[in-house]
Amino acid sequence: MLSLETNKVLESIAKMDVSAHFMEVCGTHTVSIARSGLKKLLPESIKLISGPGCPVCVTSQSDIDYAIALARQPGVIVATFGDMVRVPGTETSLLETKASGGKVEVVYSPLDSLNLAEAHPREQVVFLAVGFETTAPLIARTVQLAKAKGISNLSFLIMHKLIPPAMRQLLQMKEVKLDGFLLPGHVCAVIGSRPFLFLKEEFGLPGVVAGFEAEDILLALFMLAQQKKEGRAEIEIQYRRVVRQEGNPNALKAMEEVFEVGEAEWRGLGIIPHSGLVLRQSFSDFDARNRFSLEIKDSREYPLCGCGEVLRGVLAPQECPLFGTVCTPDSPVGPCMVSSEGSCAAAFHYERET
Amino acid sequence: MKKEIITLAHGSGGKPTQDLIENHILPRFGNPALKQLLDSALLECPGRIAFTSDAFTVRPIFFPGGDIGKLAVSGSVNDLAALAAEPLFLSASFILEEGLEIGELDEVLESMSKTCAETGIALVTGDTKVVEKGAGDKLYIASSAIGIRRQNPDPHPSLISPGDAILITGPVGDHEIAVLQAREHFFRELELESDCAPLWPLIKSLLAAGLKVKAMRDPTRGGLATVLAELARASRLCLQIEESRVPVKSSVLAACEMLGLDPLYLACEGRMVIIVSEESAQEALTILRAHPLGAQAAIIGEVLEKPEGRALLSTRIGGRRILAPLSGEQLPRIC
Repeated sequence: MLSLETNKVLESIAKMDVSAHFMEVCGTHTVSIARSGLKKLLPESIKLISGPGCPVCVTSQSDIDYAIALARQPGVIVATFGDMVRVPGTETSLLETKASGGKVEVVYSPLDSLNLAEAHPREQVVFLAVGFETTAPLIARTVQLAKAKGISNLSFLIMHKLIPPAMRQLLQMKEVKLDGFLLPGHVCAVIGSRPFLFLKEEFGLPGVVAGFEAEDILLALFMLAQQKKEGRAEIEIQYRRVVRQEGNPNALKAMEEVFEVGEAEWRGLGIIPHSGLVLRQSFSDFDARNRFSLEIKDSREYPLCGCGEVLRGVLAPQECPLFGTVCTPDSPVGPCMVSSEGSCAAAFHYERET
Repeated sequence: MKKEIITLAHGSGGKPTQDLIENHILPRFGNPALKQLLDSALLECPGRIAFTSDAFTVRPIFFPGGDIGKLAVSGSVNDLAALAAEPLFLSASFILEEGLEIGELDEVLESMSKTCAETGIALVTGDTKVVEKGAGDKLYIASSAIGIRRQNPDPHPSLISPGDAILITGPVGDHEIAVLQAREHFFRELELESDCAPLWPLIKSLLAAGLKVKAMRDPTRGGLATVLAELARASRLCLQIEESRVPVKSSVLAACEMLGLDPLYLACEGRMVIIVSEESAQEALTILRAHPLGAQAAIIGEVLEKPEGRALLSTRIGGRRILAPLSGEQLPRIC
């Protein structure tokens, strides 16, 4: 059943007769687009491409291996968001490590790791801090609380990433031709829309901050198509009910107090300077890498796994030679097939041919 | 006062075991077959029967809207009801973890007894075993049930034909979110209860009206989407539903949005997917809605000839996509 509004927007997009490739860089957008069947409703001349928007997926293989090595340490409990558990590392996954005796606890909020640490005073709890700017403020708050409460058996494996530097890297690599970005609503709720002005200034590309309902995304795509049609490149906000240009000052303050910007290794994109978060000196006691200093050797991704190319938008999930045959959600080869926000999982669940 | 707890002695087969059976179980389920305490229950079964088996390991054992006991009875009753079988006899084996408070066990037994009475099913045989602390999680229940088949032919995917209507007896996903809420102590403000309920009284009202049911499934693990995918595969037809017609409570939607879950894959424990002919659809809906267990029933879609063996969803904005069976676990130990 098509609602009148949706129909009108779709008609207007079709009438514009614009040919464009737009990229989304947020896993929640990827899932919402796939779940609603949006791609097939758009005119053929408008293509949607998924970028590096799934936090678990962009985590490097050596970081995954580090997390697994931690779970194998006697006396260590690894606390993690559920999506990480099934991601295959070089040899095994956290799930398999747990099944063979390692301690892995799934939590829904980083704050739960405080309770976990207090409940197990004789063990060391390590929280796997993955995510973009969306989860970073809450992790920052958790680190602050751990310090304030003097919790000495909790540390954090920080794998946090920043999305704007990854987008710049992607554009500099010039592998995919893009005409604009659907900007991530949740990230922008924290950092605002200003950090994306470089799209316009350095690359002459438009961006629209979008909400997460299919109707939000459709409207944002309309705004992008309109800019393309009129030859404009502005950073606009469709998700006005949540996002301000300047972001959320409280969240930014917590991040600023706990983290500083550093380099980070991304699956598919490699090491990008200024694209990650690291704990400031005053919180370095809480850095799991300092506390355990494990050495991870020979991290390798599964041969032929297309996750890297998929994350760069070079390869559509269905074009990966392993998609749906060797690699399925039941026996995933790469993280994009595991995470609920991964583009391969979304394509497998929602976009196979009807 | 010191709380009484289960110890390994309760599993010894001696006096404490006897005490458990005589003082905690028998008074609540005192039917003639059980009271004899023979090695097997001696029963008379008139006619064609359906027989089902299930195990329950939910954590926590108490959750808003239910508990593991209500869940065990409802689960068995609903598996029978899905085949239009009237529930008659139930068996229940209890695996108790050392240290379980006997007060908690009493509460579970009380709830089971009440749920049995609501449905008219009799607990006629059972067993108790005790495992060491740490070898279980408070209480597991394994149950089997026997029912009399009340529709001829039995509901079966092979009866489904193009044009048939697809109904659901109420909003989806309440159970899974309620259990999650109880386990993780969040979303308390949602005030959501599990839909856990024995559905035989509701299904009976359909059959009593002379309505022929083509197929039924209760959407437990894997939820509505998985059940539809399985029915589509078994019938070699296409089952298409409309997203906008599937009832989902706003609290469940809100929780799903926060956790990245899909409501169509959430487990229900008191809902039934029912397929009837197009002509009977409105009458079936009226009957369902007249019963408290089906007050929010809805016609959510129809059966098409093609694409063969597929379940499809027509989305709110008019897109069309496949409903594949659930892969992996959204959430472990919910039933």
